[in-house]
Amino acid sequence: MKELVYAVNDAAVIAWRNVIRIRRVPDLLVFVLISPIMFVLLFAFVFGNSIDIPGGSYREFLIAGIFAQTVVFGASFTGAGLAEDIQKGIINRFRALPMSRSALLVGRTLSDVVYNVLSLLVMALTGLLVGWGISSSALDAATGFALLLLFAYAFSWVMAYVGLLVPSVEVINNASFIVTMPLTFVANTFVPAENLPPLLRTFALWNPVSAVTQATRELFGNIPPGTPPPEAWPLQNPVLYTLLWVGLLIAVFAPLAVRRYRSSVDKR
Amino acid sequence: MPNLVEASGLVKRYRAVTALDGLDLAVAEGSVLGLLGPNGAGKTTAVSILATLLTPDAGSAQVAGIDVVAKPHEVRRHIGLSGQFAALDEHLTGFENLFMVGRLYHLGKPRARDRAVELLELFELTEAGRRPVKTYSGGMRRRLDLAGALVAAPPVLFLDEPTTGLDPYSRRQLWEVIRGMVGDGTTVLLTTQYLEEADRLADRILVIDHGRAIAEGAPDELKSRIGAERIEVTVTDAAVLEEARQLLARFAVGEQQADARSRSLITPIAGGMPVLSAALQELQRAGIAVRDIGLRRPTLDDVFLTLTGHVSAPEENDE
Repeated sequence: MKELVYAVNDAAVIAWRNVIRIRRVPDLLVFVLISPIMFVLLFAFVFGNSIDIPGGSYREFLIAGIFAQTVVFGASFTGAGLAEDIQKGIINRFRALPMSRSALLVGRTLSDVVYNVLSLLVMALTGLLVGWGISSSALDAATGFALLLLFAYAFSWVMAYVGLLVPSVEVINNASFIVTMPLTFVANTFVPAENLPPLLRTFALWNPVSAVTQATRELFGNIPPGTPPPEAWPLQNPVLYTLLWVGLLIAVFAPLAVRRYRSSVDKR
Repeated sequence: MPNLVEASGLVKRYRAVTALDGLDLAVAEGSVLGLLGPNGAGKTTAVSILATLLTPDAGSAQVAGIDVVAKPHEVRRHIGLSGQFAALDEHLTGFENLFMVGRLYHLGKPRARDRAVELLELFELTEAGRRPVKTYSGGMRRRLDLAGALVAAPPVLFLDEPTTGLDPYSRRQLWEVIRGMVGDGTTVLLTTQYLEEADRLADRILVIDHGRAIAEGAPDELKSRIGAERIEVTVTDAAVLEEARQLLARFAVGEQQADARSRSLITPIAGGMPVLSAALQELQRAGIAVRDIGLRRPTLDDVFLTLTGHVSAPEENDE
């Protein structure tokens, strides 16, 4: 019981530290806020007129995809933050303290939720300006945002593990794109998955990013009436499928990352 | 006094490199052990194992009576670590850094706050404590890093090259603080490649090279083991050098060396200051003009050279 209290206390202290850093390093915050705005505007105006969504508007369709992509990209901040802690040597201070084993990682992943909340807020406002809207109940909309945040949280554990493996912040910033680009583009984020060539189509249909996008679209009421129901099981049950992935990612990567943190040798 | 730090037969290998090759060491309660060695000797590896950052491939170690491999978490409650790279959060203020460390030692908010204020004052950082660490000078960072190691007032302190890269003023300032802590009963294991630092701070010195201990003793013991003290004289006129040599020959306990070019004479002696004074009187009575005369004791540099066969060359990186 005492151990649990300490674990919560320690994670809260680390999260407090990271939130202070968000305020002190505004350049990162600017990046977190500006790039989603750019994405919304680029896709809305560059592709908006060339991509047809039967019975609906592309901008309606697009926003959920950009939400999903942004929170997946955002997970690399978790990895970059940890890589920086290693590079700067502060991780050795933490590892020599009698703090809980999981605190540095739990605190980091929790504080990174703040980034995602902020960027979702900014994107939603930008979306509203370019003609996107929520046509469901407030509860459904809130569930949609919660699901995005939950998925982002789980994915940041993947990046936390990667961040502990790589030697520097630069490496994680580049390496994470190898994972996040295909994951967010070979999906139903920007075009309907049904339009993709066979192999990519299968990947897109089972891609968890597609599920979280589909779920968000449904919860926001952004699916035009008369759209044929999805044929693949993950997209028929997108909330359940997303939650399964959330559970799986945390169950696999949280223990891996904690173990790696404890055994990681000095990488300076 | 019991040993608060004890290690025997520590071995650590990194792929092809053997960093520690059966290291034994002991630090008595309330004393300072200086771990002295060149780059790559294994100093940082030894401290990392004792501070639970690394596990040894073989051997065992106890800190405050607790096994570092079996109960690392317990050990962490009793130690403070200050590394050769200041482990601080650049974007937090000095106060926030110390407060955070206090909270992670589970001091509780009010106690962590008081302790941070106390330590900032002790290290003359009260004013700077409100600013982010990225605005600090190298000396201020080192002081704050050391303060971080002291937050929980641990009985055992590991200092890994605490003054590497500091200017002489900051170095002296840090030495003062470390001596103060030792005066309050803290047990310290200090690594350094500065012989002067080990000489100033350590009660005992363990010289290591290639991951093994090659000599151990009090600084004076190590120095006397290397050789005798000597009188060095520089005369103003090279013509009288030979006469001076003959005059001082009766004090010599070993072979004298005269160098005409630098007009200097080295005479190994035993007996210290009284002999020096007698030798000077002898030279004056003979009317030999002396430009400089002094009693030289072997330095730790000499010790090092004799023991390892190479000089200690401080470089930027250790292992």
